[in-house]
Amino acid sequence: MSTRIYDCLKAIGERIIENKDFLTDLDREIGDADHGVNMARGFQGVIEKVPEDEADIGAALKKAGMTLLSTVGGASGPLYGTAYMEAAKVFAGKTEVTGEDFKASLAAAIEGIKKRGHAEKGEKTMLDALIPAYDTLSEKLSGGSEFLEALEAACQAANEGVEFTKTIAATKGRASYLGERSIGHQDPGATSLTITLETIRDFLKG
Amino acid sequence: MKKLINGVDNIVDEMLEGMVAAYPQYVKRLDGFDVLVRAGGSKGKVALVSGGGSGHEPAHGGYVGKGMLDGAIAGAVFTSPTPDQVYEAIKAADGGKGVLLVIKNYTGDVMNFEMAADMARDEGIEVEQVITADDVAVENSTWTTGRRGIAGTIFVHKIAGACAEAGGSLAEVKKVAEKVIENVRSMGMAIDACTVPAAGKPSFDLAEDEIEIGIGIHGEPGVNREKISSVNEIADKLLNKIFAEGIYNSGDEVAVMVNGMGGTPLMELLVANKHVKEVLDSKGIKIAKTLVGNYMTSLDMEGFSITLLKVDDELKKYLAAPADTPAFVQA
Repeated sequence: MSTRIYDCLKAIGERIIENKDFLTDLDREIGDADHGVNMARGFQGVIEKVPEDEADIGAALKKAGMTLLSTVGGASGPLYGTAYMEAAKVFAGKTEVTGEDFKASLAAAIEGIKKRGHAEKGEKTMLDALIPAYDTLSEKLSGGSEFLEALEAACQAANEGVEFTKTIAATKGRASYLGERSIGHQDPGATSLTITLETIRDFLKG
Repeated sequence: MKKLINGVDNIVDEMLEGMVAAYPQYVKRLDGFDVLVRAGGSKGKVALVSGGGSGHEPAHGGYVGKGMLDGAIAGAVFTSPTPDQVYEAIKAADGGKGVLLVIKNYTGDVMNFEMAADMARDEGIEVEQVITADDVAVENSTWTTGRRGIAGTIFVHKIAGACAEAGGSLAEVKKVAEKVIENVRSMGMAIDACTVPAAGKPSFDLAEDEIEIGIGIHGEPGVNREKISSVNEIADKLLNKIFAEGIYNSGDEVAVMVNGMGGTPLMELLVANKHVKEVLDSKGIKIAKTLVGNYMTSLDMEGFSITLLKVDDELKKYLAAPADTPAFVQA
């Protein structure tokens, strides 16, 4: 029987693979038409390489991160790979997810992405979904919300972040070459990040 | 989409096998990796390693050989290779004198190559890097990722490669590579987009009478779209943007590259080159060397780029030095 973390990673992978063409089409508008293709290849690798019986969430996330790093390529490979490996550190040795750990793992992922990509919020990147999601999760948890309720609000914030990316010009990545022409299009990385969070929410809701 | 392929998943692998089958005297493939290195190895010299997404053939594997590269990594189509692949290339190419990475300035390429360089340094290999950013279509400002590395990269391979072959130290090879980067500028255009096999459709749509100016080499749209005009007028637009850099002046000497994007007949590139020479002559700029052909392509894109490199005696010497690779042979 497969473990919860494996099933969750598999669910994320399947959702990314389902959205392969959608993500690639978004990238075709402002990038180089490969985001969905690359992410789908990476998550196919995750589904195959993370051991089904791995109960340690940290170990499973680490393996997922290393797999993404060596299969995705482009900018998404190092960024998603780093995000998973940083999140893995928070969950090392753990087999359950709490709201506080999940929050800490998002914070670690944000720091890793910022460092690797030299990016900040507002540059039309995955951070424009991830940072609002983290802020909202953090706020809801401090306000006494249950984890799932906070995660629901975080997903909403991530979606708003994706909408926000339509209103700004890219200053990082290949979309930045378009300058103002990138306005009006949503960022593929922010979109795949939001899909990831929504899948985790759906998975935890059961 | 019509393509001469067996399936989108095996293109890079089959291409590399085809390269090795055609040029066993030049290149061999690292087992289990999408990496080509010199068939005879690179012992006792500084090694040059480059690479990037596939779809730019003959870049970069076609330039592995005497006088140019020691190793080349092929990523998925238009996608930077992953750090583990680059790391293997560095290890295999290292001949004991250090490795210079020639990276085209793209977010993904820089991140993946830098991660690989860190891994190699941990193993005690001396690694330096240069980043090519010759595309003047992109403004070099804090508001972009910076200029893209495009066809001008081939001049870095040629010149830094010649310096390494002549026994230059890692510091010397890096210095001459940086000199090329400072003095090389390019600009490209397309009359039709390319089709990434895995995407299955053209990367942008152009009407019958439209062209895209300032395109990159990954099917990304350009900086502006306009009605088609004569090739002379188009070449003028590209050249004017390059001249606006202020580095090519009367009395200077340059190397010229008129580079095809993959789907452009050589006939048209030669027509463009005729005009490039006329313009340079009229400006009193001397031409030291001209290259016309498909050096840095973008799959089946129809279009071309113009590259100018200002040369001095040192660059001229290395440019004229012999090279023997699958895609660039010079006695």
